[in-house]
Amino acid sequence: MKREIPLIITFSVGVLLILSVFIPPTEHWGETFSLFFDIIAVFAFFLGGGNLVRTHISKLSGKKAGWVYSAVTLAAFFFMLAAGLFKIANIGGIGAPVTENGSLFQESFNYVMNPLGATMYALLAFFIASASYRAFRAKNREATILLVAAFIILLGRTPLGVAVTSWIPDSWDIFQIPNMAIWIMNSPNLAGQRAILIGIGLGVASMSLRVILGIERTYLGEDKG
Amino acid sequence: MVSTANQGDRRCATNLIRLLLVTFAVLLTFLHNRALADNSAVDTSSVVSASITPLAPPTSLVVSDHVYDNAERLDLVWVPSIDDKLIASKLIEYRVYRITDSGDGQRIAVLPAGANSFSDENVESGHQYSYYITSVGADSEFPSISSEPIEPEREWLNYHLISLLLICMIIGVAITYFIETARRGKKLFIRRIAGLEAIDDAVGRATEMGRPILFIPGIQDMDDVGTVAGVTILGRVCRVVAEFDTKISVPTSRSLVMTAARETIKTAYQTAGRPDKYSDDMSNYITDEQFGYVAAVNGIMVREKPATCFYMGTFYAESLLLAETGNSVGAIQIAGTSNPMQIPFFVVACDFTLIGEELFAASAYLSSEPKQLGSLKGQDLGKAIALTAITIGVIAATGSSAWHIGWMQDILNALESIFLTR
Repeated sequence: MKREIPLIITFSVGVLLILSVFIPPTEHWGETFSLFFDIIAVFAFFLGGGNLVRTHISKLSGKKAGWVYSAVTLAAFFFMLAAGLFKIANIGGIGAPVTENGSLFQESFNYVMNPLGATMYALLAFFIASASYRAFRAKNREATILLVAAFIILLGRTPLGVAVTSWIPDSWDIFQIPNMAIWIMNSPNLAGQRAILIGIGLGVASMSLRVILGIERTYLGEDKG
Repeated sequence: MVSTANQGDRRCATNLIRLLLVTFAVLLTFLHNRALADNSAVDTSSVVSASITPLAPPTSLVVSDHVYDNAERLDLVWVPSIDDKLIASKLIEYRVYRITDSGDGQRIAVLPAGANSFSDENVESGHQYSYYITSVGADSEFPSISSEPIEPEREWLNYHLISLLLICMIIGVAITYFIETARRGKKLFIRRIAGLEAIDDAVGRATEMGRPILFIPGIQDMDDVGTVAGVTILGRVCRVVAEFDTKISVPTSRSLVMTAARETIKTAYQTAGRPDKYSDDMSNYITDEQFGYVAAVNGIMVREKPATCFYMGTFYAESLLLAETGNSVGAIQIAGTSNPMQIPFFVVACDFTLIGEELFAASAYLSSEPKQLGSLKGQDLGKAIALTAITIGVIAATGSSAWHIGWMQDILNALESIFLTR
């Protein structure tokens, strides 16, 4: 029964939710089931929090490599937990939400968490530069096409691209670099993206059907379909 | 004579007094009437102001039931006020009023000038509703004629989606047919996927180098089909990992994914005959925060220098941050994502990338089970339908716009009615 019950639930819910898309009185069922998922995920969060604490306490107590990071992680975890749970230095007191501007919890989030996240995101600019350098080396025919297309788009989106080809008459304006960049983005690029999207859509349908019919069970911790 | 003179004076005085009284009465009457006129204007000012130029109300208000819904919506359409079209229009806005079957009128919406439609989504089956719209000026409001009462109706099948339902059924039947065909033992051709063929080599490399394998199942939860695909691939990878007795680490950004990943790894180790090698520490929860997760995983990469990195699931901006760090530590990298925007980043930074549906096909491909491979063939039929429809659509669109061929426009319209859902 331990194996059958999850499969029965998966099949029933899967079929119901597919049908609910086509039957107007049941079209809100998807949102309702998402709420069920959120409730389960909240309970799972305790599991995640517990795992985080256990892992880092283990590293700290064993003075394993990088234990200092574990100490910082645990300190930050318990600090935010206390600030949110006990509403320490909360604007409006214990009855007010912790997300009010000026509360310790929200200020910590705004002035510590957000800048740190933004810092990580900003690193993307440097990573894009290094990845582009590797990708755009004209090693073969495909890479050369990629390089030329990238160069046109890069130039077409800068004032230099406009200035360089502005002398081309309007009757031949497709050869102006900004227009070439627009054409590359709207025609070959969009066509390729849509082809991938159609493939993904069909892949999702096939995968979902395998899961609903119980052919694919690996995610349930079962090996054989 | 004196008495005659006195009598004449008295008569004059009397007439004068009468004249004054009449004048006073006329004045009073005039003031009274003006006061009445003022009061009358005040009483009606809530609807019509006599002191300003009146605004024309909207006309031809039509209320209809929204088709194929759960009796939750009525659609209103009207012809805007003539004043709405004037350059210096005094019309500021339209107000929509709803009258329920109990007779209560209630303002339900304020719309900007120029509006000519509105949908009331707060109606219920079993009640009748009528509406009127008012043109609103600076200090006046002019109502339209009320619409006929109407009751929202409930439909049991959304006919707008009937073509989608049919396509789903065709693909579903095809997948089931090919699964049964494969189950009966017919050999099905599945094209080679380089990224999946490389899994054994990638795991072997990590074993030879004595370094761990890092598997990232995306940053979404288990309600995302990309994550489910990632976890199923994890199961297949872990069986090879268990056979090679290599160390694997699966940091997750969701608690439920951690639980599912642990179950999957445990089963893979049991299947490989190495249950004793399994440990819960193989999968850990990091954080739900996107860039916090990236920082932690990048830290793991830099410290532990994994020989192989797998990225299978749904990724966003973190894709390149992770893959470039993996590249910098010299790991062989295999990626697959359901997010088309992130595929180029993985292509440039990873050794192998599963594109589009390959991520969802990976589990079936790796399992080599006939039932699973059959589902891939069914999926191919869907692709064939899409390819045929696109080819016909492109030819029809070109023919109808370039040479104005009528029957090609008809084909185009037919394809739009089948594939475009409203």
